Amino acid sequence: MIALGLEGSANKLGIGLIRHDMSTTPPTVTILSNVRHTYHPPPGEGFLPKDTAQHHRAHILELIRNALDEAKITPKDISVICFTKGPGMGGPLTSVATVARTLALMWNKELVGVNHCVGHIEMGRQITGAQNPVVLYVSGGNTQVIAYAEKRYRIFGEALDIAVGNCLDRFARVLNLPNDPAPGYNIEQLAKKGTKLIDLPYTVKGMDVSFSGVLSYIEANAKAWLASGEYTAADMCFSLQETVFAMLVETTERAMAHIGSREVLIVGGVGCNMRLQEMMGQMAEQREGGMVYATDERFCIDNGIMIAQAGMLAYQTGYTTPLDKTWCTQRFRTDEVFAAWRE
Amino acid sequence: MIPDVQLIKQGAEARVYLGPFCQRQAIIKERFAKAYRHPTLDKKLTSRRVIQEARCLYRCQKALIDTPTVYLVDLDQSVIYMEYIPGISVRDYLVTEPGQEAEAQHRVAVAIGKALGAMHNIDVIHGDLTTSNLLMRETSGAVVLIDFGLSYVSQLIEDKAVDLYVLERAFVSTHPNTEVMFAQILEAYGESSKASKQILKKLEDVRLRGRKRSMLG
Repeated sequence: MIALGLEGSANKLGIGLIRHDMSTTPPTVTILSNVRHTYHPPPGEGFLPKDTAQHHRAHILELIRNALDEAKITPKDISVICFTKGPGMGGPLTSVATVARTLALMWNKELVGVNHCVGHIEMGRQITGAQNPVVLYVSGGNTQVIAYAEKRYRIFGEALDIAVGNCLDRFARVLNLPNDPAPGYNIEQLAKKGTKLIDLPYTVKGMDVSFSGVLSYIEANAKAWLASGEYTAADMCFSLQETVFAMLVETTERAMAHIGSREVLIVGGVGCNMRLQEMMGQMAEQREGGMVYATDERFCIDNGIMIAQAGMLAYQTGYTTPLDKTWCTQRFRTDEVFAAWRE
Repeated sequence: MIPDVQLIKQGAEARVYLGPFCQRQAIIKERFAKAYRHPTLDKKLTSRRVIQEARCLYRCQKALIDTPTVYLVDLDQSVIYMEYIPGISVRDYLVTEPGQEAEAQHRVAVAIGKALGAMHNIDVIHGDLTTSNLLMRETSGAVVLIDFGLSYVSQLIEDKAVDLYVLERAFVSTHPNTEVMFAQILEAYGESSKASKQILKKLEDVRLRGRKRSMLG
């Protein structure tokens, strides 16, 4: 069985093709293709829904063709078309869903609407082999500490205001760092040159975190620090990373202690930050039997494969999304999905 | 560490041991250096939290709220020695003994609500309310508030509402299908907390925050 996955909930447009060979138990999973095209706004700006949707519309057909060519298959080999139902930005989501619907009608395929967050989790589990981890899902739009229980991915902790990636992206705009390849990546590189730790607000509420305070504080002071030479841009990137990542690792560890789990899986765009992965590893080393699983940018950053993977798992349990239910939603919580495929 | 101690739990903050203190069994809570944290940040957080925890525990104790008695605070070593209270956590109670009678659950919920109301009345914010941090005394079944590692003193309605919100989230994620019990907690809280009307109203605002809240509520 082959699934086509279409993802475009934010500024990445991703198309993926995945094969599940059902003759083995568990099915043998092969990634046939995983292509992506990213919309980069100019430095100092974020991506707006309208422009992002326009980007997706302009590139999606070419990208699907590339994915099919790379996989060396034709549309008739595809069993199911999976698309992101939400959460995400409305315009970009619907521009991709329209293509999914059209292809399904043209090629006479079933559709499966996928929760973006569940896509990240299932891809991470597939790639790393983590069995039942506490999941830290960190990206531009989401910050959640998740664990599976009784057929749902339950949210134990999350950002009470803005997502961690949003905090980093917005700070990158203050420093006018380029959005290519990603603002967070450029902060990560600059942070390596930082030496001084600035005393920043540190806000942890149980398993929840808050980033708006630390962002406001550093935004309000950045210009003065730069002008006086008290701290460099590198020091600020370094301090911001050390502070917000410490908050994330602390809440993840708290969830592990609360649930009694030893494994952590990091997913989402911010999850490919090597410093975050390193800190999580150091935390796990101080816990008996602690293990960290993470993936690289191919699977961490939004992609089509993860949508294909999560959609395929649902499809194998007999789940499909009827055409009149293929609408998108900007708000779609991880714990709303009934994970019929999980034990 | 001190000899004859037994590790009973490693939380996100500290290792918790059971060991002797002045000829009695005591809980020894040691905050060790976190390798992942920048040393400066680690020192700042650790010393602040040791002090806050001891202060809040003492404040509760003075107000006759059922909490462990603090025996000794060793700031240099970041260790707090406190009373050992035999019992099980509400988490274990709900997980390992599912399907208790509704009446028994109701009793526990009321006890939790009352304890939280009393704590907020003296402006102590727990900061990490989960079912793991609520202990039921082996002897009487009374609910004891423990682990004040993230606690602080505040009069703000906002802080109290977030405190309840943190518990609500921990409750429904750890124990699916216990919404009724949480409602009972809030009801008992409402009766025992002085500013409960405003706090519970604020709780509704807090619930609606965040970027990915469901449209359905």
